[in-house]
Amino acid sequence: MSEMISVNGVLQPLNYLKLFDLLEDSGVDGRQGGVAVALNGEVVPRADWAQTSLKSNDKVEIVQIVRGG
Amino acid sequence: MDAKVADKEFAIAGKKFSSRFLIGTSRYPNQQVMMDAIQASGAEIVTVAVRRVSQDSGGEGLYDLLGESFHLLPNTAGCFTAQDAVLTAELAREALETNWVKLEVIGDDETLFPDVEQLLRAAEELVAKGFVVLPYCNDDPITCKKLEDIGCAAIMPLAAPIGSGMGIRNPYNLRIIREQCTLPIIVDAGVGTASDAAIALELGCDGILLNTAVAGARDPVKMAKAMRLGIEAGGYAFEAGRIPRRLYAKASTPTDGAIKL
Repeated sequence: MSEMISVNGVLQPLNYLKLFDLLEDSGVDGRQGGVAVALNGEVVPRADWAQTSLKSNDKVEIVQIVRGG
Repeated sequence: MDAKVADKEFAIAGKKFSSRFLIGTSRYPNQQVMMDAIQASGAEIVTVAVRRVSQDSGGEGLYDLLGESFHLLPNTAGCFTAQDAVLTAELAREALETNWVKLEVIGDDETLFPDVEQLLRAAEELVAKGFVVLPYCNDDPITCKKLEDIGCAAIMPLAAPIGSGMGIRNPYNLRIIREQCTLPIIVDAGVGTASDAAIALELGCDGILLNTAVAGARDPVKMAKAMRLGIEAGGYAFEAGRIPRRLYAKASTPTDGAIKL
């Protein structure tokens, strides 16, 4: 079985070496405000997206600011 | 008496605000109505939420829309555990570059009442991590005092369930909380109309956080204005000091010199 990661709760093949590449494919770029990313329950600061490697079974959460009360 | 009043300063964590009205961004008929309602409210603090980026949306652009003009306050709505709430707060801090958080840890979906055990745990952890924590909590004086002792920046008791519009269900608890706590008290949830907001301020609360009562009104912009005026009126009334309640009448016109046939 190929290596998998979970992105916002959905399993997908590990097709990316770096977190930044995954984010780019998810429509998130480094300049965009109101977005944040966690890897295995820890926030990854924006400045570290490019250097952060992904490995099998990683859990990625990509969130944005939305309307709320 | 050290309770805050309308003319006195309203500050949270040392930051001064001229408006005691904190408003949410959810459930408006459309974006323009939301913007107009926020404008009419006079609010400086506007709440937002943190959610997973969905595959089909390119982002709401809310940050660009409101980020420059308002103090965005992220919430942890929808979190059931301290662990989820803490991570949500940390993500919000990264996304918004703010260490302020409206902490919500709920117990179930029907009542949306806080899970006090998880709430206290999350508050403790977030305070330790340097967050300015504004907890949504029960109108329970003991819990409120515990949150104050933990080091929260304000206390945000509900007046009635979120979105219920039931008004101030337990004014006596709010009075006790006012007397027991020195932190700013912001009624968060349950306000249905302007008089509810006024009553909360008349009881000595410092501010109101609401969303549904404005967003769900027939005319949200007008209701935002009504709430602003209600908050202002209630604050002045508290400052002025209401007269004692009496069972029997007391003539306001002097009786001396009245004719008697």
